[in-house]
Amino acid sequence: MVTLPVKRGETSGEAVYFLIATALLDLVAILATAASHDPLFQFQGYIFIAAFTLGAFALTGGIFGGTLKSPQDKYSDGVIRAGVIATMFWGVAGMLVGCIIAAQLSFPRIFYFSDFGFLNFGRLRPLHTSAVIFAFGGNALIATSFWVVQRTCRARLFGGMLPWFVFWGYQLFICLAGLGYLVGITQSQEYAEPEWLTDLWLTIVWVAYLLVFLGTIWKRTEPHIYVANWFYLAFIVTIAILHLTNNAALPVSFLNHRSYSVWSGVQSALVQWWYGHNAVGFFLTAGFLAMMYYFIPKRAERPIYSYRLSIVHFWALIFIYIWAGPHHLHYTALPQWTQTLGMTFSVMLWMPSWGGMINGLMTLSGAWDKLRTDPVIRMLIVSLAFYGMSTFEGPVMSIRAVNALSHYTDWTIGHVHSGALGWVGFVTFGCIYCMVPWLWKKKSLYSNTLVEWHFWIATTGILLYITAMWVSGIMEGLMWREYTPQGFLAYSFVETVAAKHVENVVRLIGGVMYLTGFLIMIYNLVRTVGMPSSEPAELKANLAPAPLAIPAE
Amino acid sequence: MTYETMARIAQQGGAVYFFLIFLGGLAYAMWPKKRDEFRRAARLPLDEEI
Repeated sequence: MVTLPVKRGETSGEAVYFLIATALLDLVAILATAASHDPLFQFQGYIFIAAFTLGAFALTGGIFGGTLKSPQDKYSDGVIRAGVIATMFWGVAGMLVGCIIAAQLSFPRIFYFSDFGFLNFGRLRPLHTSAVIFAFGGNALIATSFWVVQRTCRARLFGGMLPWFVFWGYQLFICLAGLGYLVGITQSQEYAEPEWLTDLWLTIVWVAYLLVFLGTIWKRTEPHIYVANWFYLAFIVTIAILHLTNNAALPVSFLNHRSYSVWSGVQSALVQWWYGHNAVGFFLTAGFLAMMYYFIPKRAERPIYSYRLSIVHFWALIFIYIWAGPHHLHYTALPQWTQTLGMTFSVMLWMPSWGGMINGLMTLSGAWDKLRTDPVIRMLIVSLAFYGMSTFEGPVMSIRAVNALSHYTDWTIGHVHSGALGWVGFVTFGCIYCMVPWLWKKKSLYSNTLVEWHFWIATTGILLYITAMWVSGIMEGLMWREYTPQGFLAYSFVETVAAKHVENVVRLIGGVMYLTGFLIMIYNLVRTVGMPSSEPAELKANLAPAPLAIPAE
Repeated sequence: MTYETMARIAQQGGAVYFFLIFLGGLAYAMWPKKRDEFRRAARLPLDEEI
């Protein structure tokens, strides 16, 4: 990185470079949009133009208004505060869409307009999955990783304004992808729906993210690289490789939204599920384990139960996860040995998963009373319980004989949600409950009682959701394989759908409860940010004589 | 190179290769001299001010 001849406290010169780049990209976007005859490409073009124009205005305002100062403080926390807000916003959006499509599955006529395609189940469903995984989860990962890497490396984020580019660039990616699904831009690959142009933009943002993270590790003043950073780095690097490999495609033309994958046939299926399962393994697991390895010790004020176990956990997890994908392709054209390989590795994965869970749980040893007194710790620990449950259920479901029953049924949906709502959701809530008072310099949260309400409403919601899906999944799996004495299938597909009505309604109730808990959280956090700052009080506390002894609980 | 040769290398060679790497990782984690470094590292999140 070139050091710019700018004095500290003055407008950063790199802002000018960013402004020039944004203006040039804006020009390219305008020209491409004008030249294209493809309305869907033009739609993407308008989003780009709007984003770049807004960005250019904001940068110009910042440069001339003098608000873009070179950093003075020890850590850059502004971008993390923005990340927390974005996490909350996209979380509500994604979960709300989840509730809408759950309602559509229960009552097919609801929110359905025959001559208005935007709200079709088929378009809303990827919007839901992408919004909760990539928008809610992704923003949580970026925000917490920026927090953790600075604190454990004792170094400010690398790259000047680059972290802000990562943040805003990622929001633009979310808008491009999400709005694209609604108008019908999709390459119809699970968790990889965005088309080539959006993929290209994400690649740029992701490389910048990798640079910020690696650069911060590079200039660390703490010699040891803390284990959470290993998990974050594995997540960032692997997602980059997965994204590039699975989305290798040739556009129809550079002015057309559509592209065709370079993979075809069974190779395409294998690459897709190698990608798809590792999106779970590295995005939703490795990254969130990084959060677990920092925030549980920090909140419990105990060191990790076993640092050595965390190292074995890391290497075992990443080496095994990468092979588990083929279990999504049992009974397909994929060679049987490859299916068996995927299944074997999935079963082996149980060991590192539970090793990590035990490591997190046992961190609380000697402080178990915190489960009762601190609802945030309880949320973090229950997230690990759900992690343990879904990483036991997953290997079982990957066994070919079990998969014969469970595949394509609601059981899979239930499994995903025990992982997503129970593990990913709860660990994120726990971390954000920790970070908000730290980031906004408050002594504590506005209300622990509201955290209790959030916890119990959300937990009940998850339990309703997953039990309903177990019942409906096994039922529909059994109905699909039921034969009449004459050898015909006993049920038509629509009969199996009708049979699931009650379970679908229970699922909707569970989802609405989870969303309700989340809204309570947001209210609590808004009130927390509105509380008077804690700094003067802290100063006073430091001046006061230290208490002689702290009684044990 | 035939498909069978490729598959054999991938299946058997790969298994041995990765197992050795795993043993390497295990040895690193269990190395007796690393005890103090890891004990200190486990406290990293606790020792910093926010």
